Amino acid sequence: MSMTDPQHTNPVWTGRLTQWRTSMLTRCRDAGAWCVALIKGPSNTLPLVPSENIAGRALVTVIAIMTFLAALTAVSAQMIASAATDWQTSVATEMTIQVRPVPGRNIDQDVSRIVSLASSFKGIREVKPYSKQESEKLLEPWLGSGLSFDVLPIPRLIVLKIEDGSLVDSAGLRKAITDQWRHATLDDHRVWIARLAAMARSVVAVAVALVGLVMVATALAVAFATRGAMAGNRSIMEALHFVGATDAFIAREFERHFLILGLKGGALGGCLALVFFGAAHLFASTWLGSPGGEQMETLFGSFAIGYSGYLAVVMVAIVVAFLTALVSRITVTRTLGTLT
Amino acid sequence: MVRFENVGLRYGMGPEILKDLSFTIAPQSFQFLTGPSGAGKTTLLRLILLSLKPTRGLISLFGSDVSQIAPDALTAVRRRMGVVFQDFRLLDHLTTFENVALPLRVQGQEEARYRSEVIELLRWVGLGDKIDAIPPVLSGGEKQRAAIARALIAKPDLLLADEPTGNVDPSMAQRLLRLFVEMNRMGTAVVIATHDIALMNQFDDARRLVLGDGRLHVYD
Repeated sequence: MSMTDPQHTNPVWTGRLTQWRTSMLTRCRDAGAWCVALIKGPSNTLPLVPSENIAGRALVTVIAIMTFLAALTAVSAQMIASAATDWQTSVATEMTIQVRPVPGRNIDQDVSRIVSLASSFKGIREVKPYSKQESEKLLEPWLGSGLSFDVLPIPRLIVLKIEDGSLVDSAGLRKAITDQWRHATLDDHRVWIARLAAMARSVVAVAVALVGLVMVATALAVAFATRGAMAGNRSIMEALHFVGATDAFIAREFERHFLILGLKGGALGGCLALVFFGAAHLFASTWLGSPGGEQMETLFGSFAIGYSGYLAVVMVAIVVAFLTALVSRITVTRTLGTLT
Repeated sequence: MVRFENVGLRYGMGPEILKDLSFTIAPQSFQFLTGPSGAGKTTLLRLILLSLKPTRGLISLFGSDVSQIAPDALTAVRRRMGVVFQDFRLLDHLTTFENVALPLRVQGQEEARYRSEVIELLRWVGLGDKIDAIPPVLSGGEKQRAAIARALIAKPDLLLADEPTGNVDPSMAQRLLRLFVEMNRMGTAVVIATHDIALMNQFDDARRLVLGDGRLHVYD
């Protein structure tokens, strides 16, 4: 039943949905207005915390550097995770049949019949048998060219390409092949895929751990830099306290100031990270023609970070900015505690 | 207005630096708090300002026992007091006008409501031509007058001044003292911490609270 189906629309639920939507919109609007008011502060008055000083500029620099590093790590982890998924997917879309030469049997005839059998299985998109010459060519890098392979029992390979999203009955295919041709084996790359998946999981786990470590280091660096910058403002805190400002008022003033510094540093670091990835993508594109470039693309993709990458950079910058504001609030609250 | 009963204060496990202080400050009264340097004048003012807690005894402010006042109600009590610090504690990035208006601004009042009042007070303390100046360009006396104006702008019931004439010449000291006397006539109780005997002699009628060896002697 569709919610929008007029015949089945429940007026009670429709009313509740509208109410919920209105309530959410109001809350979002209020949250937005709160953020704007927090950053903007009271109109027509000078900020109670000086907007520009050496400690503030140093803090913006620290935040920018740490945001850059955190964004770099987060996006790199994301790229590695994506590349690892691509490796697995590309390996999982192929299967190989190996036919060994056996005295008294016509290997070309066996290959031809196996190709027919494999083509009849559901989910197989393409079946490509390697000819004798092609199979010999595969050995050339190891054995060298110009040799006669006639005396060697070189197996013949048949590569099966699987349709996207299809599940092939590999057990059935294996049984069908080995029942008729005991000298033929089907390799569905399961062992490889399992190893590759394990390796990919390890790589992604290491990348996630690195992101975690960098984020913790960022949080600590930002926290200490914020506390350092706050130390220079203790006299302002004291003056406000003794002229009758409430703790909440003082905390709000400092939170606003440090949120703005955090946003400045976060935006700067985030932009630097985006510029870095843009430059890396450009460099990788121009380098793509070379063998090294192809290897790099196979391993890490094309350095295009996509929407999720941009989102990760923006999220890192926002988290760092709010962390700065939070640390300032905690520091102010602690300092005010010592004044009473 | 202020009542101390057997108040004692020590820092950590050290000796008691203020012992058995018992005195009252009546509304609209005027007193000097005096004693040698290091006698504890600033410490006593900090006890009144609620920035220190006594080790023992009872302090009552505006009729309430301070140990019973809820933390979120302390600001309301503090707003009934004006304070002039020895080191002024003006905010260097704000103009004289902004500094003096600070107590009203932190109470959430709009500038349009208090602007004329602040300008009038600045003229009254002789800073009418320094409204837009920032503290770093003011002289010591001007800073002191700005600090006094800031303490007075919210019309406090009690004014505490810590060595308000410590950084100015005798003629300026006399002028500042006249300001305090004027405020007192308008209804504010005044406590001036000083060790300047010449200053106290200019106002013989004032009550004297003398601190020595941690004890307080009151001369009405």
